[in-house]
Amino acid sequence: MSNDTVRREPIEGFDDIPGTTLFDAQRARQGYYVNQFCMSLMKAENRAEFKADERKYLEKWPMTEEQREAILKRDWQRMIDLGGNIYYLSKLFSTDGKSFQYVAATMTGLTQEQYAEMMLNGGRTIENNRSKADWARTGGPAFGKNAPAFGKK
Amino acid sequence: MAKIVASVNVSHVPAIGAAWDNGKANDPYWKPIFSGFDFSKKWIADLKPDVILLVYNDHASAFDASIIPTFAIGCAAQFPPADEGWGPRPVPTVIGYPELASHLAQSLILDEFDMTIINEMDVDHGLTVPLTLMFGQPKEWPCRIIPLPVNVVQFPPPTGNRCWNLGRALKRAVEAWPEDLRVVVFGTGGMSHQLQGMRAGLINREWDTKFLDSLAGDAQWARQVPFIEYVRETGSEGIEMVMWLVSRGALEHKVKEVYRFYHVPCSNTALGHLILENA
Repeated sequence: MSNDTVRREPIEGFDDIPGTTLFDAQRARQGYYVNQFCMSLMKAENRAEFKADERKYLEKWPMTEEQREAILKRDWQRMIDLGGNIYYLSKLFSTDGKSFQYVAATMTGLTQEQYAEMMLNGGRTIENNRSKADWARTGGPAFGKNAPAFGKK
Repeated sequence: MAKIVASVNVSHVPAIGAAWDNGKANDPYWKPIFSGFDFSKKWIADLKPDVILLVYNDHASAFDASIIPTFAIGCAAQFPPADEGWGPRPVPTVIGYPELASHLAQSLILDEFDMTIINEMDVDHGLTVPLTLMFGQPKEWPCRIIPLPVNVVQFPPPTGNRCWNLGRALKRAVEAWPEDLRVVVFGTGGMSHQLQGMRAGLINREWDTKFLDSLAGDAQWARQVPFIEYVRETGSEGIEMVMWLVSRGALEHKVKEVYRFYHVPCSNTALGHLILENA
């Protein structure tokens, strides 16, 4: 049996929430060094070393090349797909001087301005965003009445 | 004897700390948020608690991926603010209460809650943002604070019912302490928010309101909400609300609602705030 086989206790609905990655022990195992690398950035001297040569710093961590690439490209969704968790990743985007809102926006397909506007309008609606069946029926993430003014900028 | 007299439930959005620390509290975006705590600041100044039991989650600051305690209790004499990637917040060091915390740890473990005991710990925005909202910027925090970190970062977090029962056990443990102390329990985090993926930005005011109503009542519905419902209805990070059940469980069954505040948006989050006193 492959080491990568993931066996979870069946939990109703665990994989049914659209656009959402739940961080469980299996994903924590996959992303262990991504997350531990992020933790190292809580020390100012490590932040300086990372900024001086990102690739060299990342080579010190036994993660996959795919994970290193995602970090170098600041592909936040990819980091999450590969076992990263947003609270760990926050150490990386804080090092970059970026906010939770900036990073969240990059994962939604909205510009940061559109995302901020959606939040000011009351946030993304729950209607038609509850299940994968919702998105299969409607074609993707719903905004409802809080939609940003697409294309008006 | 010591007695838990009230609970303060409040979101702990990190951007609140950043706004406060950078002098933006009067900006149009932030002013309504900080104003929502004018009543609360006065209320807690009048109440003068001796000790706060502060239930929060560490956001991968004190605990890295190597150790994930489900329930922990801070027994140290002090807890410095954590460096979360941009330097520590310029807030006072938290002064603990090692004697009481050690008593609580012992009592909880004998009451079948297997607490992790923490004797050295930096505390992140999850703990310091609620203090900023409730106390502003004093030279030192006005009372002793015992941190109670709960894992809500890695699935599975404890169930809401387990959190409620921890609250019940905390109440028993506090009441077994002979010193006359006024104790307030803080439940922090939430309300609806999702910080990741294509569904980021989710807010569910209706569900959040139902949750607040339940806590202000007998909380029996809130106790039974399963993990998946929190995530589906309130976003992947909405699960933090289970911590409000610890603070609710620590009160008497009958409570009175003293104050409620709800504001959208606070960065990515629906900011919720609820003060309850024993009826």
